[in-house]
Amino acid sequence: MTVDGLLELGFTAAALPDGKRQLEGVYIGDLLSWVMGRASADYAWITIMSNINIIAVATLADTACIILAEGVTLPKDIIDTANSKGVNILGSELPAYEIACLLYESLKK
Amino acid sequence: MPEGITFRFEVDGSDFTSAGQASVQVKKNLRQLGIDPDIIRRVSIAMYEGEINMVIHANGGEASVTVTEEAVEIVLIDHGPGIKDLSLAMQEGFSTAPDNVRSLGFGAGMGLPNMKRYTDEMTVDSTVGVGTTVRMKVKL
Repeated sequence: MTVDGLLELGFTAAALPDGKRQLEGVYIGDLLSWVMGRASADYAWITIMSNINIIAVATLADTACIILAEGVTLPKDIIDTANSKGVNILGSELPAYEIACLLYESLKK
Repeated sequence: MPEGITFRFEVDGSDFTSAGQASVQVKKNLRQLGIDPDIIRRVSIAMYEGEINMVIHANGGEASVTVTEEAVEIVLIDHGPGIKDLSLAMQEGFSTAPDNVRSLGFGAGMGLPNMKRYTDEMTVDSTVGVGTTVRMKVKL
């Protein structure tokens, strides 16, 4: 499944510069070093962190997208940075667990 | 390239928002050199952790990355406070980062352990009151 495909599941797009990227799994975490140590490339990374450093972490860990849980939003400058660095960011009102359940069902198919 | 290619960076110690610029640039440079994506990921994550450490603890420093035919070598030099107990600092979860840093999602005590995890060789030379030099190598 691609990152674009998440829009059909009700996720909103905050930045989608590379929507064709393939999703291979899911990682949930808010501690950035933990995420860099454990998240695999091409995973969706679910977090509630909303500072600029998430862009660098997603770039370096090479995750397919960031998904902001629980209605967390980003200021415009961070969204602009994500677009310029090619980092996909989606949003959802759901908590991380429910997002992961949704993705689990979709990735199984 | 018998001597290798070296990229050098200044790490700005005052600004978390720009932390990671050197690592992201290294990632780009290595990609242009056609290095394997998994190697690039390991090098750039290890370097980012080092960069963040220099910003949190040492008011910045210098970073250099050398690519030879055998390996990518990263050297990080700072003139910060030094590490009092290196074996403690190497333990996952141990951190001396202040609360304002933790609120940004850093300070999990995973920096040095991640650097070790993602590289093939790592040495840390640190003297309290003088500074710290970290050398890391990822074999190609």
